[in-house]
Amino acid sequence: MTAPDSEALSSMGQWQQILTAPPVWRVKVQAASWTSAALALRDQGGRLLGLWGEAGHENAFFYIHALGLGSTGYVWITLTVQSGEGQFPSLADIFPAASRMERALYDLTGIRATGNADTRPWLRHQCWPAGIFPLREGQLDGRSFGVDGDADYPFQLIDSVDVHQIPVGPVHAGTIEPGHFRFSCIGEQILRLEERLGYTHKGVERLFQDRDVFAGARLAGRISGDTTVGYAWAYSMAVESIARCEIPPRAAALRAVCLERERMANHLGDLAALGNDAGFAFCQSQFLFIRESLLRENQEIFGHRYLMDCIIPGGVAFDLNSAQIAAIQRNSESWQRTVQRLDLLLQEHSGLRDRLVGTGKIVPPRAAALGMAGLAGRASGQAWDLRVQFPHTPYQNLDVSIQLSQEGDVAARWQLRFREFYESLRLQTRLLMELPEGAVSTTIPESIPDGEGLGIVEAWRGEVFVALSVENARIKRCHPHDPSWTLWPVLEEAVLNDIVADFPLINKSFNLSYSGHDL
Amino acid sequence: MYRILKEIWRLGIPGKKIIPAKGQGPFRRSAAIRHVDAGSCNACELEIQALSGPHYGLEQVGLNLTASPRHADLLMVTGPVSRHMATALQDTFSAMPNPKKVVAIGDCACTGGIFAGSYAVVGAVEKVLPVAGQCPGCPPTPEAIRQTLVQVARQTRS
Repeated sequence: MTAPDSEALSSMGQWQQILTAPPVWRVKVQAASWTSAALALRDQGGRLLGLWGEAGHENAFFYIHALGLGSTGYVWITLTVQSGEGQFPSLADIFPAASRMERALYDLTGIRATGNADTRPWLRHQCWPAGIFPLREGQLDGRSFGVDGDADYPFQLIDSVDVHQIPVGPVHAGTIEPGHFRFSCIGEQILRLEERLGYTHKGVERLFQDRDVFAGARLAGRISGDTTVGYAWAYSMAVESIARCEIPPRAAALRAVCLERERMANHLGDLAALGNDAGFAFCQSQFLFIRESLLRENQEIFGHRYLMDCIIPGGVAFDLNSAQIAAIQRNSESWQRTVQRLDLLLQEHSGLRDRLVGTGKIVPPRAAALGMAGLAGRASGQAWDLRVQFPHTPYQNLDVSIQLSQEGDVAARWQLRFREFYESLRLQTRLLMELPEGAVSTTIPESIPDGEGLGIVEAWRGEVFVALSVENARIKRCHPHDPSWTLWPVLEEAVLNDIVADFPLINKSFNLSYSGHDL
Repeated sequence: MYRILKEIWRLGIPGKKIIPAKGQGPFRRSAAIRHVDAGSCNACELEIQALSGPHYGLEQVGLNLTASPRHADLLMVTGPVSRHMATALQDTFSAMPNPKKVVAIGDCACTGGIFAGSYAVVGAVEKVLPVAGQCPGCPPTPEAIRQTLVQVARQTRS
């Protein structure tokens, strides 16, 4: 095929397929086609995954990139904006999730989305002045920034004497990442929640620039520690698509083992924390015990508790022998039994059900309108799973079974974690039983050709993608994108029928990444 | 209820047996710990959460995580101190009563780690606050974090 199989899109310009599994199409469009491409995607029932900017040579022009999902695969649309124009049409009316991405795009590259009424800064707080755009060329030379707090951010408040505000964060009561939540309440009832993020902004996209692709892999694994496998795989996939190399089948299978283990570890951790937030400490000790056994096995067999740096461009950095495989299979049988026992026990626990059922509800039609995907999306009836719809090696032959619920409350997200845990255990068992023989990596040439690539995987939270462009064997631009970008605004809506005391529980049931979002 | 008790019995007491040491230093036998994430990638947080699990018996060695800096003795900091978090970090430290100590957890908090040199980070925690103990690692294991915390909590005043 030379174009995505959709009339509205295929007539848009010169399409190029940059990845076959999953299928990713690339096109450069004019401003006139930009909005119609987004409309065409929405009309097909597709959604927007990410929106990011790139400064061209000497800031003379800028690229605005969007990655969407259409009926036949992913489409990566690029719009060129001349420096004199300095703006592009906003997509926030078509895809609500675009709004914050457009604000972040302005903070980093200085190109404004026209039509987006919200022009407040998003990733920029006070430490660097308005008018400085870190991703433009030469903007940071010789400058040093301060550490001023973000004192006067204009929250959208409800103006009434009956309404009181509760500011929460950036330092939270538990061991979680920093972010600010502003509640407007009447009594206990939440009338509005507004998030303020960006506290963990570390300049990751700038740090990628001018590194070689191998050094970039280490950084990619540290964008969001809980998704290190997801990012490392997506990044490596992008490098391999530029180098036009295939990884050995054994490496692909071992990567999938890592990805499923990451999913299991996170689901267990969330079940522990959710139980604890519901006031049931029993869950915390039980699930943390199993999770710790899994992490210790990771350390012993894979060399790192969270599998950091296990996936490298070209393959994986470890191999398994038959004794190790047997040990993994033995343990997974015992985990399956224990988790099933706890699952049944907790399904019948009225105190716990009382906290979970009906709390933090997003009904399927709203989930579709908000573009939800990933675990939280599947809990609200959005049947998106990259491993099922556009499976890449080795998922084609595994018949991944998609786990869905229509309820969309905390209980649905809780129950889905159990079901995905069982499915991941099944996938791991099958992958290890059918593990192909051969090498675990192939060599990526030091002199990697210039080009643009994309990698995308279904990590535990949802689709994680990395868009990469390489020039003279150095990274020119790398944009890692977390599903949290789309899901954070959903959280603001999920809490609306609940009381403040339920917020920790609802927040945990989404468990979104701050670091992966703030970059 | 019976089934819950049965699971608790089945789990038993995992991990190594912990013998509480004799108390020394300003915090004697126990110290309350406040954690601040100053821009970490959240891997260090995962290990701190693991520390609350049944393998590590954090409270048996006299340590507990507290929700407010107002009743904290130790400040446990992770991350390369992003510029956006630096003020909140200093405010948290000022809110703590004396005597108090700061512990840097993870490579980023110790040196800035992989994010050192970025326009958006200050770097090691010691550039912002006086640091009494460091625990390097990416991320450090819960065992190493616990040992550092115990060691700092028992340090006599320097």
